[in-house]
Amino acid sequence: MKARIRKILTAVDEVHIEMGKTVSPPTRRAVAAAVIENPFAGKFEEDLSDLMTIGEELGDLLTRKCVEALGIEGGRAESFGKAAIVGENGELEHAAAILHPKLGTPVRKVLTKGPALIPSAKKMGGPGTAIDVPLGHKDAAFVRSHFDAIEIRVADAPRANEIVVAIAVTDSGRPLARIGGLQKHEIKGEDGLR
Amino acid sequence: MSLIEIRRLRTEVEEIRHEYGPQPAEPLLRGSICVVMRNPYAGRYEPDIMPMMDALKPVGLEMAQRLVKALGDDPRKIESYGKGAIVGSKGELEHGALWHAPGGYAMREVLGGAKAIVPSAKKLGGPGTRLDVPITHINASYVRSHFDAMEVGIPGAPKADEILFALVMTTGGRIHARLGGLKAAEIRGEDGLR
Repeated sequence: MKARIRKILTAVDEVHIEMGKTVSPPTRRAVAAAVIENPFAGKFEEDLSDLMTIGEELGDLLTRKCVEALGIEGGRAESFGKAAIVGENGELEHAAAILHPKLGTPVRKVLTKGPALIPSAKKMGGPGTAIDVPLGHKDAAFVRSHFDAIEIRVADAPRANEIVVAIAVTDSGRPLARIGGLQKHEIKGEDGLR
Repeated sequence: MSLIEIRRLRTEVEEIRHEYGPQPAEPLLRGSICVVMRNPYAGRYEPDIMPMMDALKPVGLEMAQRLVKALGDDPRKIESYGKGAIVGSKGELEHGALWHAPGGYAMREVLGGAKAIVPSAKKLGGPGTRLDVPITHINASYVRSHFDAMEVGIPGAPKADEILFALVMTTGGRIHARLGGLKAAEIRGEDGLR
């Protein structure tokens, strides 16, 4: 593996009651984050292909961690998202190299499908920085009930020469979604949008 | 109305491979489970809060079981533990203290009779408050390699009339512990201290 991983944090968040109303079944969102060494910390590197390969590896590993933590088959996942926090000796473009060129294909493979764009966020930060990983339906980006975000932070990362890379997977939308728009049973699933 | 009304749970597992030192064969696992529930005593002074202590026993047991499962489903692998509470702003610190008996009881029950006192922390806080839960060895509080702490919390919780309870367990001491003192291999295991 090209990625040099220091630690992996996996979290599952379940909502059973919202505003006094029982949520049945409970909504469940998983997020997994890897803390890796930034191979290009402290210098300008024109060719970021190593980070793209790392993105490909983590796309597979972190999506499997999420699905495993939820205890579901990949095909039962409903929404997804991705994010990265770059330590202070790196640059924002390092996050882009991990997240955008190659990470998505293995994510979709683990989830069996997922033609929608994977929503993303990125930032620079120090240890304990929190990031809100945006969430969208994996088959149709316009499904309104599944627009959401999940917060993740690793208390001791990223150090200056590290990057935190996170992937989120859910088996549900928001707890009491009721603002209309495209519903999940109306998904055509052809263009990733509707 | 039941005293126990759980709104949300968050389970987190950290898989620590190294901290820039020699990498052990098995990664260290540290896990936490937080539940946030309605505080039945929020907004008033209630002289007798003991009924809640009993009501929390099965909650603690389920949390401890879930946490052991998330850490590999083998209670014999758990080496250290801790517990904590965050009370929403309409409660009082004493409500957090309700966790002392049921939280400790639950982990001892699930781990098959751990001897050491369970270290704890509590505070009052608003939504998103984080708590550093202290951690020590399950059979001998003085084991130096296992003095540690883990940050826990649930984004968006606790609300003013809620209370959050946490349990923490690990499969080992600090990843590169090398400060001498009492070692896990030297535990006499009589008094819970050494």
